[in-house]
Amino acid sequence: MSARNIFTRPARLAAIAPWLWMLLFFLVPFGFVLKISLSQTAIAQPPYVPVFDLTQGAAAVKAALAALSLDNFKLLVSDDLYVLSYLRSLVVAAVSTSILLLIGYPVAYGMARLPQRWQGVAMMLVIVPFWTSFLIRIYAWINILQHDGLLNKILLALHLVSAPVVWLSTDSAMYLGIVYSYLPFMILPLYATLAKMEPALLEAASDLGSSPRQAFWLVTFPLSLPGVAAGVLLCFIPIVGEFVIPDLLAGSDSLMIGQTLWLEFFTNKDWPVASAAAVVLLLLLVVPLILYDRLQRRQLEQAR
Amino acid sequence: MTARALHKFSPFNAVSLALGFAFLYLPIVILVIYSFNASRLVTVWGGWSLRWYGEFFRDRAMIEAAWMSFRVGATSATLATLLGTLAAVALSRGARFPGRTLFSGMLYAPLVMPEVITGLSLLLLFVAVNAERGFWTVTIAHTTLTLCFVAVVVQSRLGALDRSLEEAAMDLGCDPLRAFVAVTLPLIAPAIAAGWMLAFTLSLDDLVIASFTTGPGSATLPIRIYSEVRLGVKPEINAICTLVIALIAVVIVVASLASKWSRAGGERAAPL
Repeated sequence: MSARNIFTRPARLAAIAPWLWMLLFFLVPFGFVLKISLSQTAIAQPPYVPVFDLTQGAAAVKAALAALSLDNFKLLVSDDLYVLSYLRSLVVAAVSTSILLLIGYPVAYGMARLPQRWQGVAMMLVIVPFWTSFLIRIYAWINILQHDGLLNKILLALHLVSAPVVWLSTDSAMYLGIVYSYLPFMILPLYATLAKMEPALLEAASDLGSSPRQAFWLVTFPLSLPGVAAGVLLCFIPIVGEFVIPDLLAGSDSLMIGQTLWLEFFTNKDWPVASAAAVVLLLLLVVPLILYDRLQRRQLEQAR
Repeated sequence: MTARALHKFSPFNAVSLALGFAFLYLPIVILVIYSFNASRLVTVWGGWSLRWYGEFFRDRAMIEAAWMSFRVGATSATLATLLGTLAAVALSRGARFPGRTLFSGMLYAPLVMPEVITGLSLLLLFVAVNAERGFWTVTIAHTTLTLCFVAVVVQSRLGALDRSLEEAAMDLGCDPLRAFVAVTLPLIAPAIAAGWMLAFTLSLDDLVIASFTTGPGSATLPIRIYSEVRLGVKPEINAICTLVIALIAVVIVVASLASKWSRAGGERAAPL
């Protein structure tokens, strides 16, 4: 038995505690979401029926099981409010992810071409806002975008507009906030792939007669696609369920699903419908989540 | 010659970097500057002043929320670092074991999972087991989220490590545990420290999951800030945000020193 193999046994034992933790606090809770999504709303604490009570014996549990229904899901697909919420979430996520890619790629590309000793500094500069609070960064934009905020002042001073423009509670403000908040998530994976790229490949392309532009599209861009995929998934998936940014920056006339879920839960106290909304949201994200999981696993485990 | 020109830093690169960083930093700089504004109107400049910082320190509810956030952050980051490091060791050294795919799936999914789903599902669990909501429920929720980030940071460090060092230690008669403690642990210590700090700042930052899992009377700082921000911009909030930014800046400087120390070993930096 080699030294390497002796090490695997205790390493596997190390998995036990985190495995149980994630099972208990990540996987099992989804079971509760699923169960309550099949229950009915009630004016009680907790605000749903049936409540499973194992101490009541098998018959009671059986009765409770029989009371489960798909009504909440029927409501979700028949009520425009929810359908539109889901559509809006997907559209907002797709549009913002595209903008993020358009802005993030040139920045990551520029970073990868910096002299080596500056690359670390540039990476630090991207990471710092990523560590700074989401909420604070959105609040910073509210400062700037409000009616008598800095942006309107500058626009008025430059005579670009004759009266203050309404920025807050608009979709533009929301897109700005999303792009601003998620930009580091796009730049970092792009930079990671671009920085690893072999310069000799570009030289070869040039020796074979490519112009720099051709070399970019024929060599650099195709090779950076894993980074593009990582950045896109890292942004798209959480944006679909985003709550804080649309809540603070967008208008209240059309809601994203994260907001609808929040509203059902905290304002309407309709836990079953909120749970059903979460289940559907999860189903929408299953494919991107699986892709993301594959990518993440390949990235982290190929180094082994 | 043309080949050199191909990977030279072009004016286009310079402009995109300048614009990108200006976009990332200007709003924060403006926020910080306005926190020193003497005027009650956030948008009118009334000279430099520390008035709003004083206001914050007199705001009992805010201070309590900040203290709560600090305790939750420190406790959950410590738990998350322990569990996340164990998970990283299992994934990068454990080869195949039963439930491995499920395990890594459970660890990577929360990184991108919309927070409303994580928050709601944990709350339903806490309600089902009749747990009293407050400090511990938020701490458990934050531990669950942040241990995944710790696992990724530590795992990428472990993956970059030269395993022949561990093997040499065992060839020299160390048992695996001893080899791990004497050789591996010191080498990954900077990544573990960075993981702790990342977990702490993520916890300090979280609004959505904390809103779901907290109970009456135990609001965290983001929950307080959020309810104030919904009512409009207040200079006091600028001051609080500036203090949080300052705290995080200190944490980042420490973390970057730690990772610089770790890179002295000559490995690639973790992407996160």
